[in-house]
Amino acid sequence: MSTTEADLNTQNSPAADLKISDEVTIQIKNMHKWYGSFHVLKNINLEVNRGERIVICGPSGSGKSTMIRCINRLEEHQQGHIIVDDVELTNDLKNIDAIRREVGMVFQHFNLFPHLTVLENCTLAPIWVKQVPKKKAEETAMKYLQRVKIPEQAGKYPGQLSGGQQQRVAIARSLCMNPRIMLFDEPTSALDPEMIKEVLDVMIELAKEGMTMLCVTHEMGFAKTVANRVIFMDGGEIIEENEPHEFFDNPQHERTQLFLSQILEH
Amino acid sequence: MSEQQSYEPGKHPDLPPPPNMVGAIGWIRENLLGSTTNIVITIVTIYLLYTILPPMINWLFINAVFEGASRDECRAVMAEAGAQGACWAFIGQRFQLFVYGFYPEPERWRVNLSFILMLAALIPILFDNVPYRKWGLRFSMIAPIVICWLLIGGLGLVSVPTDKFGGFMLTLTIGVTGIVGSLPIGIVLALGRQSHLPAVRLVCVAFIEFIRGVPLITLLFVASTMLNYFLPPGTSFDLLLRVLIMVTLFASAYIAEVVRGGLQALPKGQTEAADAMGLKYWQSMRLIILPQALKISIPGIVNTFIGLYKDTTLVIIIGLLDPLGVGRASLADTKWQGLSTEVYVFVALFFFVSCISMARYSLYLENKLHTGHKR
Repeated sequence: MSTTEADLNTQNSPAADLKISDEVTIQIKNMHKWYGSFHVLKNINLEVNRGERIVICGPSGSGKSTMIRCINRLEEHQQGHIIVDDVELTNDLKNIDAIRREVGMVFQHFNLFPHLTVLENCTLAPIWVKQVPKKKAEETAMKYLQRVKIPEQAGKYPGQLSGGQQQRVAIARSLCMNPRIMLFDEPTSALDPEMIKEVLDVMIELAKEGMTMLCVTHEMGFAKTVANRVIFMDGGEIIEENEPHEFFDNPQHERTQLFLSQILEH
Repeated sequence: MSEQQSYEPGKHPDLPPPPNMVGAIGWIRENLLGSTTNIVITIVTIYLLYTILPPMINWLFINAVFEGASRDECRAVMAEAGAQGACWAFIGQRFQLFVYGFYPEPERWRVNLSFILMLAALIPILFDNVPYRKWGLRFSMIAPIVICWLLIGGLGLVSVPTDKFGGFMLTLTIGVTGIVGSLPIGIVLALGRQSHLPAVRLVCVAFIEFIRGVPLITLLFVASTMLNYFLPPGTSFDLLLRVLIMVTLFASAYIAEVVRGGLQALPKGQTEAADAMGLKYWQSMRLIILPQALKISIPGIVNTFIGLYKDTTLVIIIGLLDPLGVGRASLADTKWQGLSTEVYVFVALFFFVSCISMARYSLYLENKLHTGHKR
């Protein structure tokens, strides 16, 4: 991790430079979730403004992935409210569809469709969900593949690419839907150290362009460079949230101090 | 041994593999003489082939009699040559019966035409690189109706009652209908079994378990006799049609379970990714889940199809005249008694050719749909 961290720090992109609007885009109020009788998320309250870049960290099983998966209804919450761009997530399929069109997601294991080429992966949702004409969708897809720096792989199948390339395709695939919010669920955890940087670089680019991002990650270098807020979760609760410098240099909560000492001291 | 050449670190070029790894010699070393066990198996196999093949070829071809009007004529020819062989003259005499059953002679062109139409309809479905495939597929959609009309008649054609169907055309009628019908029904059942709606799930599970839990023969008996009791009096519907329905339903229950296996083999992330992109249930099934699940299920699906195809011989029990039925009837002819080997070898050959074609096609398809790294 140390190499990545150093690399990231050399890029002069202090998070403070990036503009954040006052407009609230995601609102989570008193949200609870249970798996059967297991209380996974306890009273989550979170407001995200447009343009914010939030990094969520915490030990495994702390509910961080579950929380961001609630935002696009991959997981159902049982109590409380989640409001995305003025649409509340309920059982109403129309609302769910509306929110999913606005929210892109990148997964730990990429979840590319192995039976489709890279280009087809990118054009599928625009064509079927947004009824974009095929030609237009392909142009857009090539534009985003260019941006993640793998346009030459467009005709290949995901199985023929490296992990880092696959994850960049997954990011491009999400961007093709023109989302206003991006969720990243441990996007670099399944990657070899050499490939982490190429994915993080793409994510940093995105942040610079003002994308609203929620990112579950253990890449603390990334958090320091890009995030304007870091959230620490444990046991299904938000323990602490702060801006990165305060969070890393001066953690308030004992649990946070322990966590940071464990992930930073090796 | 030559001295190992040394290279600077990072400068080592890709060298060709040693000569005994490639070409025919490499193949023989690798596959036939790779280990002691391999060598023993190779020797035993060669010995077995040596003892079995020559007499088999003699019986099938060299000593076989291809022309004659009765078994006695066959015998006479063989006695002259002083060798034993197959009496294919018998099959030649009965060939029409084997192919068409009792389908009226002047109308048999309709069966031939149907067969050609069936092949033409299959080509665009089975191969995606044929020219004008889009139009071909449209043709494939209407071909079954045309074939049905051709075989049964009516609307300007002499109508042929289905009890005249027999032989290989009957096998193909039941087999192809069963295969074409059971795949979509099976897929719907498999999806239904995973549905979030309890009622849908219950119906699908009940159907699958009931059909799987009853032998096909029993279902055929039900089709041939019992259905009359259940249906309102006065309604009669064709025996062959009932058999078609039963065979299709039977196969679809098996297909459903095979497809379910494929569905479960897919990582959950595939559905999640489709959901997260905003695809609707049926879109994500059609575009993402089923193409992958069906690909995984190809061996099982083809396995079920081959089983179904061979099970069509069971209709003999309820009085339909499939190739085995034709064979048995032919053997009752006093002129040709005692030639059961020829009959069964011939029928076996027909089934073998059909089934091996399906098996080879499935391998071709698996290869074509392979999208990862090949080793």
